[in-house]
Amino acid sequence: MRLRDSPAAKIGASIAIATGLYGISFGALSVASGLDFWQTMALSLLLFSGGSQFAFIGVVAGGGTGLAAMSASALLGIRNGVYGMQLNALMRPTGWRRFAAAQVTIDESTATATGQSDPAEQRRGFWVAGLGIYLLWNVFTAAGAFLGDALGDPKQWGLDGAAVAAFLGLLWPRIRAFQPAAIAAVCAVVTLLAVPFVAPGVPILVAALVAGLIGWFRRGGTPGHAPGHVGDGMEPDIEPYRHAANRGGESDGLAAGKPAGGAGGAQ
Amino acid sequence: MNLWLWLLVAVVLAYATKLLGYLVPAKVLANPRMSRVAGTLTIGLLASLTVVNAAASGTAVVLDARAGALVAAAVALWLKAPFLVVVIVGGLAAAGLRLLGWP
Repeated sequence: MRLRDSPAAKIGASIAIATGLYGISFGALSVASGLDFWQTMALSLLLFSGGSQFAFIGVVAGGGTGLAAMSASALLGIRNGVYGMQLNALMRPTGWRRFAAAQVTIDESTATATGQSDPAEQRRGFWVAGLGIYLLWNVFTAAGAFLGDALGDPKQWGLDGAAVAAFLGLLWPRIRAFQPAAIAAVCAVVTLLAVPFVAPGVPILVAALVAGLIGWFRRGGTPGHAPGHVGDGMEPDIEPYRHAANRGGESDGLAAGKPAGGAGGAQ
Repeated sequence: MNLWLWLLVAVVLAYATKLLGYLVPAKVLANPRMSRVAGTLTIGLLASLTVVNAAASGTAVVLDARAGALVAAAVALWLKAPFLVVVIVGGLAAAGLRLLGWP
Protein backbone atom coordinates (compact mmCIF):
# COMPACT_ATOMS: atom_id res chain seq x y z
CA MET A 1 0.00 0.00 0.00
CA ARG A 2 1.29 3.43 -0.81
CA LEU A 3 1.59 5.81 2.07
CA ARG A 4 -1.02 8.21 0.73
CA ASP A 5 -3.61 5.43 0.61
CA SER A 6 -3.00 4.39 4.21
CA PRO A 7 -5.70 5.43 6.69
CA ALA A 8 -3.19 5.34 9.55
CA ALA A 9 -0.78 7.60 7.68
CA LYS A 10 -3.58 10.09 7.02
CA ILE A 11 -4.52 10.14 10.69
CA GLY A 12 -0.86 10.43 11.62
CA ALA A 13 -0.45 13.41 9.30
CA SER A 14 -3.49 15.27 10.66
CA ILE A 15 -2.32 14.64 14.22
CA ALA A 16 1.15 15.86 13.27
CA ILE A 17 -0.22 19.15 11.97
CA ALA A 18 -2.49 19.76 14.96
CA THR A 19 0.16 18.88 17.51
CA GLY A 20 3.06 20.50 15.69
CA LEU A 21 1.18 23.80 15.63
CA TYR A 22 1.04 24.06 19.38
CA GLY A 23 4.81 23.93 19.50
CA ILE A 24 4.39 27.68 19.04
CA SER A 25 2.93 27.95 22.53
CA PHE A 26 5.79 25.94 23.98
CA GLY A 27 8.40 28.14 22.27
CA ALA A 28 6.80 31.38 23.44
CA LEU A 29 6.24 30.18 27.02
CA SER A 30 9.74 28.74 27.25
CA VAL A 31 11.48 32.04 26.53
CA ALA A 32 8.97 33.79 28.78
CA SER A 33 10.00 31.44 31.60
CA GLY A 34 13.60 32.57 31.23
CA LEU A 35 15.19 29.95 28.99
CA ASP A 36 17.13 31.29 26.03
CA PHE A 37 16.47 30.40 22.39
CA TRP A 38 18.91 27.48 22.24
CA GLN A 39 17.81 26.01 25.56
CA THR A 40 14.27 26.09 24.22
CA MET A 41 15.33 24.40 20.98
CA ALA A 42 17.39 21.81 22.85
CA LEU A 43 14.26 20.76 24.73
CA SER A 44 12.25 20.35 21.53
CA LEU A 45 15.03 18.78 19.43
CA LEU A 46 16.52 16.47 22.04
CA LEU A 47 14.03 15.91 24.86
CA PHE A 48 10.97 15.94 22.56
CA SER A 49 8.07 15.13 24.85
CA GLY A 50 5.52 17.91 25.25
CA GLY A 51 4.52 17.21 28.85
CA SER A 52 8.11 16.93 30.08
CA GLN A 53 9.13 20.06 28.19
CA PHE A 54 6.27 22.07 29.69
CA ALA A 55 7.11 20.62 33.12
CA PHE A 56 10.73 21.76 32.83
CA ILE A 57 9.85 25.34 31.92
CA GLY A 58 6.94 25.38 34.37
CA VAL A 59 9.28 24.71 37.29
CA VAL A 60 11.84 27.22 36.04
CA ALA A 61 9.13 29.86 35.60
CA GLY A 62 8.08 29.37 39.22
CA GLY A 63 11.61 30.00 40.45
CA GLY A 64 12.50 26.33 40.95
CA THR A 65 16.02 25.00 40.59
CA GLY A 66 17.37 23.18 37.55
CA LEU A 67 17.41 20.01 39.64
CA ALA A 68 13.70 20.33 40.45
CA ALA A 69 12.92 21.11 36.81
CA MET A 70 14.88 18.06 35.67
CA SER A 71 13.15 15.84 38.23
CA ALA A 72 9.64 16.93 37.26
CA SER A 73 10.49 16.46 33.59
CA ALA A 74 11.98 12.99 34.13
CA LEU A 75 9.05 11.78 36.25
CA LEU A 76 6.52 12.99 33.69
CA GLY A 77 8.50 11.11 31.03
CA ILE A 78 8.06 7.73 32.71
CA ARG A 79 4.88 7.09 30.76
CA ASN A 80 6.94 7.21 27.56
CA GLY A 81 8.79 4.14 28.83
CA VAL A 82 5.47 2.32 29.16
CA TYR A 83 4.50 3.45 25.67
CA GLY A 84 7.88 2.13 24.45
CA MET A 85 7.11 -1.32 25.84
CA GLN A 86 3.71 -1.34 24.15
CA LEU A 87 5.11 -0.18 20.82
CA ASN A 88 7.97 -2.64 20.99
CA ALA A 89 5.47 -5.45 21.43
CA LEU A 90 3.44 -4.18 18.46
CA MET A 91 6.12 -3.19 15.98
CA ARG A 92 9.29 -5.05 16.98
CA PRO A 93 11.65 -2.50 15.46
CA THR A 94 15.23 -3.71 15.00
CA GLY A 95 18.66 -2.14 14.56
CA TRP A 96 18.84 1.63 14.21
CA ARG A 97 15.07 1.88 13.84
CA ARG A 98 14.71 1.01 17.49
CA PHE A 99 16.76 4.03 18.49
CA ALA A 100 14.88 6.33 16.14
CA ALA A 101 11.52 4.93 17.28
CA ALA A 102 12.45 5.62 20.90
CA GLN A 103 13.02 9.30 20.21
CA VAL A 104 9.58 9.78 18.63
CA THR A 105 7.75 7.67 21.23
CA ILE A 106 5.24 10.16 22.63
CA ASP A 107 1.52 10.33 23.41
CA GLU A 108 0.43 11.10 19.87
CA SER A 109 2.51 8.55 17.94
CA THR A 110 1.53 5.86 20.45
CA ALA A 111 -2.16 6.67 20.16
CA THR A 112 -2.00 6.64 16.36
CA ALA A 113 -0.26 3.24 16.30
CA THR A 114 -2.31 1.50 18.98
CA GLY A 115 -5.57 2.58 17.37
CA GLN A 116 -4.82 0.34 14.39
CA SER A 117 -5.11 -3.44 14.30
CA ASP A 118 -3.05 -4.25 11.20
CA PRO A 119 0.70 -4.34 12.06
CA ALA A 120 1.72 -2.59 8.83
CA GLU A 121 -0.80 0.15 9.50
CA GLN A 122 0.42 0.47 13.07
CA ARG A 123 3.92 1.06 11.77
CA ARG A 124 2.81 3.60 9.18
CA GLY A 125 0.72 5.50 11.70
CA PHE A 126 3.50 5.55 14.26
CA TRP A 127 6.19 6.82 11.90
CA VAL A 128 4.07 9.38 10.10
CA ALA A 129 2.78 10.82 13.37
CA GLY A 130 6.13 10.59 15.18
CA LEU A 131 8.35 12.03 12.44
CA GLY A 132 5.72 14.55 11.32
CA ILE A 133 5.29 15.91 14.83
CA TYR A 134 9.04 15.97 15.37
CA LEU A 135 9.53 18.14 12.30
CA LEU A 136 6.61 20.52 12.86
CA TRP A 137 7.01 20.72 16.65
CA ASN A 138 10.56 21.97 16.19
CA VAL A 139 9.71 24.42 13.42
CA PHE A 140 6.90 25.90 15.51
CA THR A 141 8.95 25.89 18.70
CA ALA A 142 11.48 28.08 16.91
CA ALA A 143 8.71 30.37 15.64
CA GLY A 144 7.23 30.60 19.14
CA ALA A 145 10.61 31.38 20.70
CA PHE A 146 11.13 34.26 18.27
CA LEU A 147 7.61 35.47 18.97
CA GLY A 148 8.13 35.27 22.74
CA ASP A 149 11.35 37.24 22.48
CA ALA A 150 9.65 39.90 20.38
CA LEU A 151 6.73 40.28 22.80
CA GLY A 152 8.91 41.58 25.62
CA ASP A 153 7.32 41.64 29.07
CA PRO A 154 5.63 38.22 29.38
CA LYS A 155 3.23 39.33 32.11
CA GLN A 156 1.80 42.19 30.11
CA TRP A 157 0.81 39.73 27.40
CA GLY A 158 -0.60 37.27 29.90
CA LEU A 159 1.94 34.60 29.03
CA ASP A 160 1.94 33.37 32.63
CA GLY A 161 -1.82 32.88 32.29
CA ALA A 162 -1.24 31.07 28.99
CA ALA A 163 1.12 28.67 30.80
CA VAL A 164 -1.57 27.91 33.38
CA ALA A 165 -4.00 27.20 30.54
CA ALA A 166 -1.44 24.95 28.83
CA PHE A 167 -1.02 22.78 31.92
CA LEU A 168 -4.76 22.52 32.45
CA GLY A 169 -5.10 21.63 28.76
CA LEU A 170 -2.59 18.80 29.16
CA LEU A 171 -4.31 17.53 32.30
CA TRP A 172 -7.93 17.84 31.16
CA PRO A 173 -8.21 14.88 28.74
CA ARG A 174 -6.80 12.56 31.43
CA ILE A 175 -9.39 13.28 34.09
CA ARG A 176 -12.55 12.06 32.45
CA ALA A 177 -13.26 9.46 35.10
CA PHE A 178 -13.79 9.94 38.82
CA GLN A 179 -10.60 8.31 40.08
CA PRO A 180 -8.15 10.32 38.00
CA ALA A 181 -10.07 13.49 38.86
CA ALA A 182 -9.77 12.64 42.55
CA ILE A 183 -6.04 12.00 42.19
CA ALA A 184 -5.65 15.36 40.44
CA ALA A 185 -7.57 17.11 43.22
CA VAL A 186 -5.51 15.46 45.97
CA CYS A 187 -2.25 16.41 44.26
CA ALA A 188 -3.45 19.98 43.70
CA VAL A 189 -4.27 20.35 47.41
CA VAL A 190 -0.97 18.75 48.47
CA THR A 191 0.84 21.22 46.22
CA LEU A 192 -0.91 24.24 47.71
CA LEU A 193 -0.19 23.02 51.24
CA ALA A 194 3.48 22.46 50.44
CA VAL A 195 4.14 25.78 48.69
CA PRO A 196 4.76 27.90 51.85
CA PHE A 197 7.04 25.34 53.47
CA VAL A 198 9.54 24.24 50.83
CA ALA A 199 11.64 25.82 48.09
CA PRO A 200 9.96 26.67 44.76
CA GLY A 201 9.70 23.63 42.50
CA VAL A 202 9.73 21.17 45.38
CA PRO A 203 5.91 21.15 45.90
CA ILE A 204 5.63 19.57 42.45
CA LEU A 205 7.91 16.75 43.52
CA VAL A 206 5.97 16.29 46.76
CA ALA A 207 2.80 15.94 44.69
CA ALA A 208 4.60 13.47 42.41
CA LEU A 209 5.54 11.37 45.44
CA VAL A 210 1.92 11.33 46.61
CA ALA A 211 0.71 10.44 43.12
CA GLY A 212 3.27 7.65 42.85
CA LEU A 213 2.21 6.21 46.20
CA ILE A 214 -1.44 6.32 45.19
CA GLY A 215 -0.59 4.44 41.99
CA TRP A 216 1.51 1.92 43.88
CA PHE A 217 -1.10 1.10 46.49
CA ARG A 218 -4.26 1.63 44.49
CA ARG A 219 -6.17 -1.60 44.20
CA GLY A 220 -8.70 -3.02 41.86
CA GLY A 221 -10.24 -1.48 38.80
CA THR A 222 -6.92 -1.70 37.05
CA PRO A 223 -7.45 -1.16 33.37
CA GLY A 224 -5.45 -3.00 30.74
CA HIS A 225 -2.08 -1.72 29.75
CA ALA A 226 -2.87 -0.36 26.35
CA PRO A 227 -3.26 3.39 26.27
CA GLY A 228 -6.86 4.32 25.81
CA HIS A 229 -8.26 2.60 28.84
CA VAL A 230 -10.17 5.20 30.74
CA GLY A 231 -9.23 5.91 34.30
CA ASP A 232 -5.59 4.99 34.23
CA GLY A 233 -4.13 8.33 33.32
CA MET A 234 -2.29 6.43 30.65
CA GLU A 235 -4.50 7.54 27.86
CA PRO A 236 -2.39 9.56 25.49
CA ASP A 237 -3.58 13.14 25.69
CA ILE A 238 -5.15 13.00 22.27
CA GLU A 239 -7.85 11.03 20.55
CA PRO A 240 -6.71 10.55 16.97
CA TYR A 241 -9.55 8.35 15.87
CA ARG A 242 -12.26 10.57 17.27
CA HIS A 243 -10.49 13.38 15.46
CA ALA A 244 -10.82 11.41 12.24
CA ALA A 245 -14.46 10.64 12.87
CA ASN A 246 -15.14 14.34 13.23
CA ARG A 247 -13.67 14.93 9.84
CA GLY A 248 -16.02 12.42 8.33
CA GLY A 249 -15.12 9.62 5.96
CA GLU A 250 -12.16 7.35 6.53
CA SER A 251 -14.23 4.95 8.52
CA ASP A 252 -12.73 1.87 6.92
CA GLY A 253 -9.83 0.44 8.79
CA LEU A 254 -10.56 2.61 11.76
CA ALA A 255 -12.98 0.25 13.38
CA ALA A 256 -10.14 -0.78 15.67
CA GLY A 257 -10.04 2.74 16.99
CA LYS A 258 -10.40 3.13 20.71
CA PRO A 259 -13.76 4.05 22.14
CA ALA A 260 -13.99 7.78 21.90
CA GLY A 261 -13.13 9.10 25.27
CA GLY A 262 -14.96 12.39 25.38
CA ALA A 263 -13.62 15.88 25.79
CA GLY A 264 -11.41 17.26 23.08
CA GLY A 265 -7.83 16.18 23.43
CA ALA A 266 -4.89 18.48 23.73
CA GLN A 267 -4.45 18.87 20.03
CA MET B 1 25.28 27.40 32.69
CA ASN B 2 23.90 25.44 35.63
CA LEU B 3 20.53 25.35 33.90
CA TRP B 4 22.14 23.93 30.76
CA LEU B 5 23.57 21.11 32.85
CA TRP B 6 20.20 20.09 34.32
CA LEU B 7 18.57 20.53 30.95
CA LEU B 8 21.00 18.06 29.40
CA VAL B 9 20.47 15.62 32.27
CA ALA B 10 16.72 15.88 31.61
CA VAL B 11 17.36 15.19 27.92
CA VAL B 12 19.44 12.09 28.66
CA LEU B 13 16.89 10.74 31.15
CA ALA B 14 13.99 11.36 28.77
CA TYR B 15 15.67 9.41 25.97
CA ALA B 16 16.87 6.67 28.29
CA THR B 17 13.31 6.21 29.59
CA LYS B 18 11.91 5.94 26.08
CA LEU B 19 14.65 3.55 24.95
CA LEU B 20 14.32 1.41 28.06
CA GLY B 21 10.78 0.62 26.98
CA TYR B 22 12.16 -0.96 23.80
CA LEU B 23 14.92 -2.84 25.61
CA VAL B 24 13.21 -4.39 28.63
CA PRO B 25 11.69 -7.85 28.18
CA ALA B 26 7.97 -7.95 27.44
CA LYS B 27 7.43 -9.66 30.79
CA VAL B 28 7.73 -6.33 32.57
CA LEU B 29 4.72 -5.19 30.58
CA ALA B 30 2.68 -7.77 32.44
CA ASN B 31 3.18 -5.77 35.62
CA PRO B 32 0.11 -3.54 35.97
CA ARG B 33 1.64 -1.62 38.86
CA MET B 34 4.25 -0.09 36.57
CA SER B 35 1.62 1.23 34.19
CA ARG B 36 -0.55 2.42 37.07
CA VAL B 37 2.23 4.40 38.73
CA ALA B 38 3.18 5.97 35.39
CA GLY B 39 -0.47 6.97 34.97
CA THR B 40 -1.04 8.46 38.42
CA LEU B 41 2.33 10.24 38.22
CA THR B 42 1.29 11.89 34.98
CA ILE B 43 -2.00 13.09 36.44
CA GLY B 44 -0.45 14.21 39.75
CA LEU B 45 2.38 16.12 38.11
CA LEU B 46 0.15 17.91 35.63
CA ALA B 47 -2.32 18.85 38.38
CA SER B 48 0.51 20.11 40.56
CA LEU B 49 2.11 22.08 37.72
CA THR B 50 -1.25 23.66 36.94
CA VAL B 51 -1.71 24.81 40.53
CA VAL B 52 1.86 26.03 40.99
CA ASN B 53 1.71 28.08 37.82
CA ALA B 54 -1.71 29.45 38.76
CA ALA B 55 -1.25 30.32 42.42
CA ALA B 56 2.36 30.12 43.62
CA SER B 57 4.59 33.15 43.79
CA GLY B 58 7.87 32.01 45.27
CA THR B 59 6.83 30.40 48.53
CA ALA B 60 3.54 32.30 48.82
CA VAL B 61 0.10 31.29 47.60
CA VAL B 62 -1.45 34.27 45.84
CA LEU B 63 -4.68 35.03 44.03
CA ASP B 64 -3.89 37.10 40.97
CA ALA B 65 -4.76 37.34 37.29
CA ARG B 66 -3.47 33.81 36.74
CA ALA B 67 -6.43 32.44 38.72
CA GLY B 68 -8.67 34.16 36.20
CA ALA B 69 -6.68 32.50 33.43
CA LEU B 70 -7.27 29.12 35.09
CA VAL B 71 -11.02 29.66 35.19
CA ALA B 72 -11.12 30.93 31.61
CA ALA B 73 -9.08 27.94 30.40
CA ALA B 74 -11.41 25.54 32.23
CA VAL B 75 -14.41 27.11 30.52
CA ALA B 76 -12.69 26.85 27.13
CA LEU B 77 -11.88 23.18 27.76
CA TRP B 78 -15.44 22.56 28.90
CA LEU B 79 -16.56 23.95 25.55
CA LYS B 80 -14.17 21.50 23.85
CA ALA B 81 -11.89 24.19 22.46
CA PRO B 82 -8.67 22.90 20.87
CA PHE B 83 -5.45 23.13 22.87
CA LEU B 84 -4.04 26.20 21.14
CA VAL B 85 -7.29 28.12 21.63
CA VAL B 86 -7.27 27.20 25.33
CA VAL B 87 -3.74 28.57 25.70
CA ILE B 88 -4.67 31.81 23.94
CA VAL B 89 -7.82 32.19 26.06
CA GLY B 90 -5.70 31.78 29.22
CA GLY B 91 -3.28 34.44 28.03
CA LEU B 92 -6.03 36.85 27.05
CA ALA B 93 -7.77 36.39 30.40
CA ALA B 94 -4.61 37.17 32.38
CA ALA B 95 -3.70 40.13 30.19
CA GLY B 96 -7.27 41.44 30.30
CA LEU B 97 -7.56 41.19 34.06
CA ARG B 98 -4.27 43.08 34.45
CA LEU B 99 -5.59 45.82 32.19
CA LEU B 100 -8.52 46.06 34.58
CA GLY B 101 -6.12 46.49 37.47
CA TRP B 102 -5.91 43.01 38.96
CA PRO B 103 -2.27 42.17 39.76
